[in-house]
Amino acid sequence: MSNEAAIIEDVHVHGAAHHEAHGHDDHGHHEHHDTFLTKYVFSQDHKMIAKQFLITGMVWAVLGGLMSVLFRLQLGYPDASFPWLESLLGKWAKGGQITPEAYYALVTTHGTVLVFFVLTAGLSGTFANFLIPLQIGARDMASPFMNMLSYWFFFVASIIMLSSMFVETGPFSGGWTAYPPLSALGDASPGSKTGMDLWIIAMALFIVSSLLGGLNYIATILNMRTKGMSMTRLPLTIWALFFTAVLGVLSFPVLLSGMILLIFDRNFGTSFYLSDIFVNGVGALPNEGGSAILYQHLFWFLGHPEVYIILLPAMGMVSEIMSVSSRKPIFGYMAMLGSLFAIAALAFLVWAHHMFVTGLNPFLGSVFVLLTLLIAVPSAIKVFNWLTTLWRGNIRFTPGM
Amino acid sequence: MSLYLSIAIIALIFIVIFQIAKASEYVSVLKGEEVSRKQNNKINGALMIVFMVLGFVGIYVCNEYLFSKTLLAQEAASIQGEKVDQMIWVTLIITGIVFVITQVLLFWFAYKYQENDNRKVFFFAHSTKLELIWTAIPAITLTVLVVFGLRNWFFFTGEPPKNAMVVEVTGKQFGWIFRYPGKDAVFGKKYYKNIDPAVNSVGIVWDDKLAQDDILTEQTMYVVKGTPVKLIIGSRDVIHDVGLSHFRLKMDAVPGIPTTMWFTPKFTTKEMKEKTGNPNFAYEISCDQMCGNGHYSMKGIVEVVTQEEYDMWMAKQKAQYLVAFPEKDPSNVPAAATAKTTDSTAKTAVAKM
Ligand SMILES: [Cu+2]
Ligand SMILES: [Cu+2]
Repeated sequence: MSNEAAIIEDVHVHGAAHHEAHGHDDHGHHEHHDTFLTKYVFSQDHKMIAKQFLITGMVWAVLGGLMSVLFRLQLGYPDASFPWLESLLGKWAKGGQITPEAYYALVTTHGTVLVFFVLTAGLSGTFANFLIPLQIGARDMASPFMNMLSYWFFFVASIIMLSSMFVETGPFSGGWTAYPPLSALGDASPGSKTGMDLWIIAMALFIVSSLLGGLNYIATILNMRTKGMSMTRLPLTIWALFFTAVLGVLSFPVLLSGMILLIFDRNFGTSFYLSDIFVNGVGALPNEGGSAILYQHLFWFLGHPEVYIILLPAMGMVSEIMSVSSRKPIFGYMAMLGSLFAIAALAFLVWAHHMFVTGLNPFLGSVFVLLTLLIAVPSAIKVFNWLTTLWRGNIRFTPGM
Repeated sequence: MSLYLSIAIIALIFIVIFQIAKASEYVSVLKGEEVSRKQNNKINGALMIVFMVLGFVGIYVCNEYLFSKTLLAQEAASIQGEKVDQMIWVTLIITGIVFVITQVLLFWFAYKYQENDNRKVFFFAHSTKLELIWTAIPAITLTVLVVFGLRNWFFFTGEPPKNAMVVEVTGKQFGWIFRYPGKDAVFGKKYYKNIDPAVNSVGIVWDDKLAQDDILTEQTMYVVKGTPVKLIIGSRDVIHDVGLSHFRLKMDAVPGIPTTMWFTPKFTTKEMKEKTGNPNFAYEISCDQMCGNGHYSMKGIVEVVTQEEYDMWMAKQKAQYLVAFPEKDPSNVPAAATAKTTDSTAKTAVAKM
């Protein structure tokens, strides 16, 4: 088993402390034979897992991108008819025009897929897995097995999300934010029937995947740095990936809890998000006393940090690539680190800026205005420090640059 | 057929690019790796300036062609909207200046400091003074924006003036219902289980005396130019959003949780038709929150009129109570019977329900 081999090698680096636990498999080091299955499919090698994330992420990026081509075609030429659309999408594009339900389904799936599957799993999954062990001098992740699970949860989530595109009532079509009551009531929209169930299951599995990955990244960075690699010597890319993982681990469970409440409202007659509802053709629902806004708080408590889950890895990599290609040290390492921390911390305190028009208490709203604009300060520091890093350098335009 | 053709063309383009890349690779091998790398570096450095110029030209051209199509080119139609536009302009100007400075520096540095064998890199890893400066400048600028923004925020979300009229707006899949409080200027109670799409679309509690003069209309809301109007917003089914782009405001319609928003219209619909030169101009209420398959079609109209026109329109409206119970309507009852149908019998009838 390749992971045991990796762990054994790890033991040589980190001393014999762990040796007892894995002592039974001493021969693993020498009999190093991988089958196709363990090397490429159920691999526990961080580089292979990174490639798996990369390829799955790229497949989703292409699919999600094509979806946006389809619905933007409809948006750009609302009156035109494209017969080939009908041959491609069938009943979704009767007469060569995308139907409203298909349009919203495409927008929703496009959003979900790109935000979560491409920009979260594809981005963090690829770069965190690939770079963390290599840049901190570790043999592999803290738990290669968990790392493998992380990918396979993501894979299953992908399959379920994809299969939701093919159910009779169509995939979920209420937007990537999935606000209830629309997402809670199958009677309010056909997309909120089976499609929504599959959407929730896929998202729940995806969250599990991202938690397994995130915990692994954090544990690896904290515990498995090579000798001399102190925290303040870590490459900024690794710091960025570290904060990204922390953001994910702290905020994704909140979304998961929101979705579990949603499942209860959908299937078990609870009223967490539902109150005073009369659905056309069905009549008044019994639910009273719930708050549709509660879901939005839970959602955006993840939703805003999510922005930085997407942005921080890029910020870290830009710092690193710019400094290496300018052949200068990054300007103000500590300031860069401090601003990363500030952004990550503030990311948790601004979520309600997505909810200014929900009838939020005006005082509360004003606090969120202030905190949101505050994020511009650490962001500005980063930009100016990047510019100073370029200044009087000797820049090589490598592909990364 | 054309589909296959375009796929073939795209494939062909890819092959051509691939071949060119391959050819240039061979050329670089012939020239020597280091020489060709330095040459490429020069080209890339020059391209930085080209990109910057193209980018700014692109911004200018897009602005020329598209600005007149944005709402910003049209004067805001409410007092609140003026302030929103002001804020947008101030923010755009401040961030625009920062954008231009940082972009010019970025591309200029990339060009100026491209690899050059004669230059030694300036080792410059840290400067507390510089960092303090560019922490302080954004912080001060932001304070201005925050103070400016919060003053407006509290104005928008604060209480409207005393003379404001009140309209209740209810979103439903897929349309808008408006309720006016009638002569008593007070809305009667409502309860969602009373909703009857035919005659009681918001679930008015008829027992409530205050509800009996409430007026319901659909799709078109009448408001008066220069008079502040407070909207009490709700929804019957899923979350909708009262989007008033001409007035620069919007507010969610949430089932079970009423929200409010107020604004003061500046121009009547008629005046806007002249201002925009569009005889079909209408203030649109667009639903700004994804609410189901008919979301795209969920539009309403705000008709801004003068006080006289409003009074005339209001005089023609019939209380919904009388629509729901035509037998209670004095104008429906033959003259002979009117004498018998006193007010008290009407009351007992209500009480029995
Ligand atoms: Cu946000
Ligand atoms: Cu709507």
